[in-house]
Amino acid sequence: MANHSEHDYVGHIIPSKIYYVIWAILMIGTAITVFAATLELGIFNIVVALLIATFKGTLVVLFFMHLRYSTKLTMVTVIASIFWLFILFSLTMTDYITRAWSTYTGR
Amino acid sequence: MATAVQTVERENYLNSNYGIKSWLLTTDHKRIAILYLISITAMFWIGGFFAMMIRLELLTPAGDLVSSDTYNKLFTMHGIIMVFFFLIPSVPAVLGNFLIPLMVGAKDLAFPRVNLLSWYLYIIGGTTALVAMITGGVDTGWTFYTPFSTTYSNTHVIGAAVGIFITGFSSILTGLNFIVTIHRMRAPGMTWRRLPLFCWSNYAAALIMILGTPVIAITLLLVAFERAFHIGVFNPALGGDPLLFQHLFWFYSHPAVYIMILPGMGVISEIIACFSRKRVFGYEFVALASIAIAVLGFLVWAHHMFVAGISVYAALVFSLLSYLVAIPSAVKVFNWTATLYKGSIRFETPMLYAFGFIGLFTIGGLTGVFLASLGLDVHVTDTYFVVAHFHYVMVGGMVMAYMAGLHFWWPKMTGRMYPEGWAKLSALLVFVGFNTTFFPQFILGYMGSPRRYHAYPPEFQVLNVLSTAGASILAVGYVLPMIYFLWSLRYGEPAGPNPYNAVGLEWMTPSPPPTHNFDETPVVTWEAYDYEHQPQEEVTVGH
Amino acid sequence: MATSEVEIQVAERALQHHFADMEQQKETSTFGMWMFLLTEIMFFGGLFCAYLVYRSSYYHAFVEGSQKMNIWLGATNTAVLICSSLTMALGVRAAQMAKPKLMIVLLLITILFGLGFLGIKAVEYHEHWTNHEFPGPNFHFQTGDPEHPASDPQHTEIYFSLYWAMTGLHALHMVIGVGLVSWIVIVGAMGAFTPEYYNPVENVGLYWHFVDLVWIYLFPLLYLISHKHGG
Repeated sequence: MANHSEHDYVGHIIPSKIYYVIWAILMIGTAITVFAATLELGIFNIVVALLIATFKGTLVVLFFMHLRYSTKLTMVTVIASIFWLFILFSLTMTDYITRAWSTYTGR
Repeated sequence: MATAVQTVERENYLNSNYGIKSWLLTTDHKRIAILYLISITAMFWIGGFFAMMIRLELLTPAGDLVSSDTYNKLFTMHGIIMVFFFLIPSVPAVLGNFLIPLMVGAKDLAFPRVNLLSWYLYIIGGTTALVAMITGGVDTGWTFYTPFSTTYSNTHVIGAAVGIFITGFSSILTGLNFIVTIHRMRAPGMTWRRLPLFCWSNYAAALIMILGTPVIAITLLLVAFERAFHIGVFNPALGGDPLLFQHLFWFYSHPAVYIMILPGMGVISEIIACFSRKRVFGYEFVALASIAIAVLGFLVWAHHMFVAGISVYAALVFSLLSYLVAIPSAVKVFNWTATLYKGSIRFETPMLYAFGFIGLFTIGGLTGVFLASLGLDVHVTDTYFVVAHFHYVMVGGMVMAYMAGLHFWWPKMTGRMYPEGWAKLSALLVFVGFNTTFFPQFILGYMGSPRRYHAYPPEFQVLNVLSTAGASILAVGYVLPMIYFLWSLRYGEPAGPNPYNAVGLEWMTPSPPPTHNFDETPVVTWEAYDYEHQPQEEVTVGH
Repeated sequence: MATSEVEIQVAERALQHHFADMEQQKETSTFGMWMFLLTEIMFFGGLFCAYLVYRSSYYHAFVEGSQKMNIWLGATNTAVLICSSLTMALGVRAAQMAKPKLMIVLLLITILFGLGFLGIKAVEYHEHWTNHEFPGPNFHFQTGDPEHPASDPQHTEIYFSLYWAMTGLHALHMVIGVGLVSWIVIVGAMGAFTPEYYNPVENVGLYWHFVDLVWIYLFPLLYLISHKHGG
């Protein structure tokens, strides 16, 4: 069996300061999201909201979920999930967006 | 050689522990595979019973055996059981569970307890669905189209949906286990390029399982809630869109057919290599084709919806993508054929089934390309042409591959040989019976005979009678293996570790394998399908 | 840091028979949890797809429905979950650093935050229920503004169906999460975790953060659809 005293299988320990910084950014991001929703930005309301949400989500995944310190395989897993969601959303929407293109106005 | 004297049996996974608890609480992947084998076989016969009822009704043009409502239930239950409780789990849960740890040189799957949980979920889901069927049935078709399934059907839709939901998690956990195992549990020297193609195929199928099954799970949950609480997410009368249900349903159910066929293709790769004594031609291409099928298979689902009311522009996109997905399958068929070329071919039973697979899957796959063509699909959609197409790939393809695999690895799993003569006869009966059943259906469909109807115009009777006659022959072809496999458990010739002189880690351990698979962790130094250097005598490792 | 003999023994007892060493077991189990989260993403993904389809088709019905959400409760809940993720991450870190008591305290706080989230959710659900904003035969949507009656109540009902389905599924995952963290606390109090073997803590942490991540998307999509008037 492996020599235990030399084999370090403790994972990477992240300084707690990083967690606090990320927490602060997430809280500020939440406040910005709420504030931005009170502005009249038309079509960009949803864009801003999703951009901020994605920024927050990325921080959660990278730091709280340790993706930044994980294997490439884990990164591939996360990217695959985003890609497959993208397939589901975009191909479904090809139907809904283009339905109006061919309305039959009369016989 | 078989002897009458009972020698002292070596310890293996079958005799290491006795008693029902040692089976029901096992975490040994091989025992779990056997548990699945028994349950899946039971489901196959239940689904087959409904098929028999359908074919009996269709002997005569009039709807005289059962009412139309009952007929609706028959084809629904046949579809649900065969798709969700037989085809999807069959090769992965039985052969994959048994073989993948052996093939990669591991002692078990990555998560053995999750594996057992997976079987229990299958049993609970299957029981739930069967109870729904016995207490009144479901009549929506296995496709559960809304708003009939959510609002207007008076049958046990929720029970069936819940049963499938639970079994879906069984599938997800199996897929998860396979992917993690293949990534993390390979023996030293077992690189990705030395991995048997059976592992590549199951890996690709497992990708589909984990990415697609959750979507149908949430969709069936929504159907159940809609039915229970009279919500209208899929009901046009309440502002919903029934096509959204179809999009979400088929997002899983189309890739699901690749969950079914990919493991079968993996079986065929192993068998063709062994019985041609040759490395599979274009190994890398076959491996990558498996992954390509898994990925491309997710891009084509709306070809099931061409006449449902989707936009014609979306239909164009999905039609083009559906043509593309045929390419990797064709690559595999060509590569298998090239493997046969100048090979030293033996016609044992597994090889007979493999030949059947290649021919019948090609016909089924080609007719799939016909259906991908918008103009043709408008003509033959919802006719027997479609029924024939998917039975060619599912039964002519997948079930044949399952039978091939069961025969090929039966000696490994049980330590016994099956009777070769009876096995060859069964293979022949299956081939003849299958084609007699389903080829007429191509003609029927092309002539306009619709599917899911219990009555038909009299001019279609001859072809229908031919189809039912074929089904009877097919049934005999399936009953015989049941009998001789069971017979072989007691009276079959004892098998050595490698009765076919095949290459692969699973053949280097005794038949049946010991509980821990290998006495020492194997170290792999040879390429996959290294038949050139395979000695003629049987080889064992450890022991 | 030096690993004591006791810790090594705890780790060896935890080593399952089919793994070669603890490192393989740890990496395998973490990969397995990420795979499971992948399936959860697709599970929620179906609902997000339905949301996308209906919002793009019936935007004004969705706007009107969203006005009935209490953004202060929603924002508070978002903050609660972010705090719970902090304490969860610090708890995993405590396990890594051989501080079991600190780990237990942090995880207990995490549970409290989780229960707080569920409590606020319950308050919201109660209000929506009494306002007849649960879909079905008793659904009766009123904007509350006599000058702007509901323009498309049928599709606002679909908005509410998705609201209840998405937040309900999320709340169910929260309940399971609270259960999982409680299990870690109980087992951790019995001394099961060491720097060599803290996998279950890490994996439950991954699950918890994932549930937080889903809410980070649910909040703007359900509560902040053009919430011009605030409050």
